[in-house]
Amino acid sequence: MTPELPDGVERRPFDERERLATRGDPVYGEPTDGDWRVWDAGRSKLGAMLSVGMDTGLDGGETVLYLGAASGTTVSHVADFAGPTYAVEFAPRPTRDLLPVAEARENLFPLLKDARKPETYAHVVEPVDVLVQDVATRGQAEVANRNRQFLREDGRLLAVVKARSEDVTADPEDVFDEFLDALSGYEVLETATLDPYHEDHLAVVARPTR
Amino acid sequence: MSDTEDAWFAGLAPDDIEEATARVRDGTGDTPREWPTLAVEAGYATDTDDYYQRLHEATLAATRGAVREAETADDRQLVHAVRSMDDTERVANELAERLSEWAGTRFEDAGTGVDAARPLAERDPTGPAEARIVSLARRVVDLTDERDDLRAFVERTAPDVAPNLSAMAGPVLAARLVALAGGLEPLAKKPSGTVQVLGAEDALFAHLRGRASSPKHGVIYVHDYVRNTDPDERGSAARALAGKLSIAARVDHYSGDLRPELQSDLDDRIATIRARTGDPAPGAGGPEGTPEPGGDDA
Repeated sequence: MTPELPDGVERRPFDERERLATRGDPVYGEPTDGDWRVWDAGRSKLGAMLSVGMDTGLDGGETVLYLGAASGTTVSHVADFAGPTYAVEFAPRPTRDLLPVAEARENLFPLLKDARKPETYAHVVEPVDVLVQDVATRGQAEVANRNRQFLREDGRLLAVVKARSEDVTADPEDVFDEFLDALSGYEVLETATLDPYHEDHLAVVARPTR
Repeated sequence: MSDTEDAWFAGLAPDDIEEATARVRDGTGDTPREWPTLAVEAGYATDTDDYYQRLHEATLAATRGAVREAETADDRQLVHAVRSMDDTERVANELAERLSEWAGTRFEDAGTGVDAARPLAERDPTGPAEARIVSLARRVVDLTDERDDLRAFVERTAPDVAPNLSAMAGPVLAARLVALAGGLEPLAKKPSGTVQVLGAEDALFAHLRGRASSPKHGVIYVHDYVRNTDPDERGSAARALAGKLSIAARVDHYSGDLRPELQSDLDDRIATIRARTGDPAPGAGGPEGTPEPGGDDA
């Protein structure tokens, strides 16, 4: 059975096709219908996770820490259905585009910080229900491990592992296995590849163990 | 109160936006805590809604300031300038090709290339088609002039941003290396083997996938020490040059003082490499370490 979508996310018809949508200010030229705007699974890995039917545990209204927010394509949808949403991004250029997205959403807090250094934002970010991780850097498991401190006991890690960020030459399967081995303090609940939306990406749902 | 010691709002007057912004940006904390409720308890906010409103304002201001500072840094400006220089040159060449195709149908003496655009731009057109040709020629001339102005800007700016790197590589190649790395700091952090093949990414990935031999050089090919070294020794020359360029970039990023001995070390090393094939010693035929101008890099 496909898990239910979080409150605030719906499958709605756009051009006779059922597509994920949230309600909020349009951000990247996506099709809109009244207040609703398409959440393009081809451009958003979290959108793809919901599209392929993973059990993300998202209900809507959660407190979220989003690592690797980039220009805000995905995090804008998250802020549409979630509660307080902290968006961490390391690169200045995409963060420039994230700013107007955050301006239009009072529950979205942009932070130009390095996700490998949680101590640089632990004075701002509160404990969260959901840790979303989509960082294109080496050592993606280490990023998840270091940021585990932000997760509440019953929280969820929703991570997307990009094989090419670790090693362009390695077999993606090996990279995914290494990521899961290196993940520490988490119990993995579900994994899935994001084909056909995103090649060489593994999506992981995990919860913290204490 | 020890719970809130690390908080960005600790001891802050609720109306002190400036300090709040600075704290968000530069503060640190050991452990995340329930900041919204703690802020209300500490009297910083009247309720959690009020807290989130203050947080929104402070994070937006802090991040806007940090982005602006990062993007207006001199090395970022240099990166934009050298990329614009290459773009204007590429577009000018494309338009010049189109122009000569068209102009050749109306003017017998129309030449080819961007240089041919200048006399065309001065002509008195007769008829609407010629008016378009002459106007197009003016755009090519303007673009070429802009390319030259951008180049002059790069040549002026690069030595300020990266003095040692610019002295050794020439300002334009220095700017290209900074651009390919994404800034002076990332360039300073790259191993010299990476600097050696910056700009040859396609060849490098083909090699890593096992389909080709490893590239010997990327954009540093335009440097006299690589291009004018015998092909048999070019790999060694590229390795030696990249090694010194990396050191130069590190000195420029971390200390900024001038180290002329880097250049003489490199000169000695290249002389040794070239001696293997009986090439002339470096510096014999022109200014040392200065690549020839031109956009002929990869």
